[in-house]
Amino acid sequence: MNIFVCVKQVPDTETKIVPTGDGSFIETSSIKWIMNPYDEFAVEQALLVKASNAAANVTVVRVGSVKDTEALRTAMAMGADDAVLVEAADNLDSFSIAKALKGAIDKTGKKPDLILAGKQAIDDDALQVPQILAEMLNLPSVSVIVGFELSGSTAKVKREIEGGALEVYEVNTPCILACNKGLNTPRYASLPGIMKAKKKPMAQYSLSDVGVSDADRRVKYSQFRLPPEKPPGKKFDATDAAKQAEVVAQVIGLLRTEAKVL
Amino acid sequence: MANVLVFAEQHDGHVKPVTLEILGKLAGQTADVVVFGDVSAEQIALLAKNGAQNVHKLKGTNLDKYSPEGYANALAEFIKSKNYDYVFGGATSVGKDLLPRLATKFNAGLASDVVNFVFEGGNFAGTRPLFAGKCLAKVEVTGPKPHFVSIRPNALGMTANPTAGAGTASDVNANAGEIRAAIKEIIKAASTKVDLTEANIIVTGGRAMKNADNFKILNEMADVIGATVGASRAAVDSGFAPHSMQVGQTGKTVAPALYIACGVSGAIQHLAGMRTSKVIVAINSDPDAPIFTKADYGIVGDLFQIVPIMTQEFKKLLGK
Repeated sequence: MNIFVCVKQVPDTETKIVPTGDGSFIETSSIKWIMNPYDEFAVEQALLVKASNAAANVTVVRVGSVKDTEALRTAMAMGADDAVLVEAADNLDSFSIAKALKGAIDKTGKKPDLILAGKQAIDDDALQVPQILAEMLNLPSVSVIVGFELSGSTAKVKREIEGGALEVYEVNTPCILACNKGLNTPRYASLPGIMKAKKKPMAQYSLSDVGVSDADRRVKYSQFRLPPEKPPGKKFDATDAAKQAEVVAQVIGLLRTEAKVL
Repeated sequence: MANVLVFAEQHDGHVKPVTLEILGKLAGQTADVVVFGDVSAEQIALLAKNGAQNVHKLKGTNLDKYSPEGYANALAEFIKSKNYDYVFGGATSVGKDLLPRLATKFNAGLASDVVNFVFEGGNFAGTRPLFAGKCLAKVEVTGPKPHFVSIRPNALGMTANPTAGAGTASDVNANAGEIRAAIKEIIKAASTKVDLTEANIIVTGGRAMKNADNFKILNEMADVIGATVGASRAAVDSGFAPHSMQVGQTGKTVAPALYIACGVSGAIQHLAGMRTSKVIVAINSDPDAPIFTKADYGIVGDLFQIVPIMTQEFKKLLGK
């Protein structure tokens, strides 16, 4: 069974984001990169499937800059068997990334039985790549999954929709599933895992190797800028119980007369 | 002038409000609406008032409920029979899942989760937040047409379209094609409230709520003002609330008119999910909590004392 997991490397949540001088992207030189948090659920799910299927092989695939390979090494330290890296700029759009992932999977010569990914990456928050890849590979897909059971070649998955309601899907493999928080609890990489990961195979390709060119870009970003600063708000001290009713009445009055939201 | 198709979703016989937000903002372009199933005359009149020229109702086997492939196949066939420059939809559960697949059927691009846009000489130019809202960028679509755009609910706001459309309704025979991933069952949510992503008012509890039981004081306030209750990651990770209630970078991104944060410290990852709220009220006993830097109105004090007083005050104000 060939399991592929698509991962992305994204700036750490706490990283300060600074647009470049020309507004074409953000400064990337001093960013701390991590594996996209949603992709950890995808890696974990792949490893859980592998645990009950001795013949399964887990390949992690990533498209992005090569100066740091943190995300792929982390996935292999968690237990993935091998990795494929396609070198690309960090500001590629979803269509180009999906096409590159398809090309990278083709390069392995393995026919995918299950492709897992995070439901979204927390850098561009586009929520597109798994569905685009599914269409490009002509495979069924379910996104935002919080439940997964595999029996034989049929997966029963739960997709979270508005209000926390769940759609229960049945889908045969091969298929693509995009994972949400709540699906599982990702394991930490063990020290022996980290040592072993250094020796696991990682194939590397260029975008042109996997058939992607500038002509594949579908979404253009420009004028990166900081959001406008909010003017400082009004702050009221209600630590004294005797003042609380007065402060609350004042704030609610302002919500009606000044903010006009009530 | 661009020729635009707006994909509308219905919920309980009403088109989702984001459809009307999009139509209002499309003033000056030619806009049609496409929807699955029947639409009431009243809803068609509402769409027309907001600028819809034609309302196409897609009907066919296996299209009574959502499936990524069925909806994408049916919409692709319909869109190919027309000549649209743009296809818009809401960045809802369905929109986020469906539109990337649909766009790829046209080898076309999708600008997702757009919060504002204009048309410059017939071309779409949007704005969207990136990197957890820490920056904004201009977004444009290139390559084959039609170009696809999804709009974050509540972001555009309701703007009246000065020109009403004809609102000509017609049935279209649609084909779902092969559906390999199909819904077998729907497990209803415990709450019947409007989803966080579409809520107009949100009340959120943080780690200071101390336990799940204490959320009842937030529920009481929410019931009075018609709000949906959310939770911070700290509260979810502590087991006070399910993940479906989480607001923040690994939860939901929300843009309500009023956001009331109770005992939420305001970690970056929380701010990422709610910074585009129009008016923010924060209640926290720590005067230095980061949430106060984003709050329009901050109340320093014990939420367990303040929230019940607010609930009473709201009741008085709203005559409940």
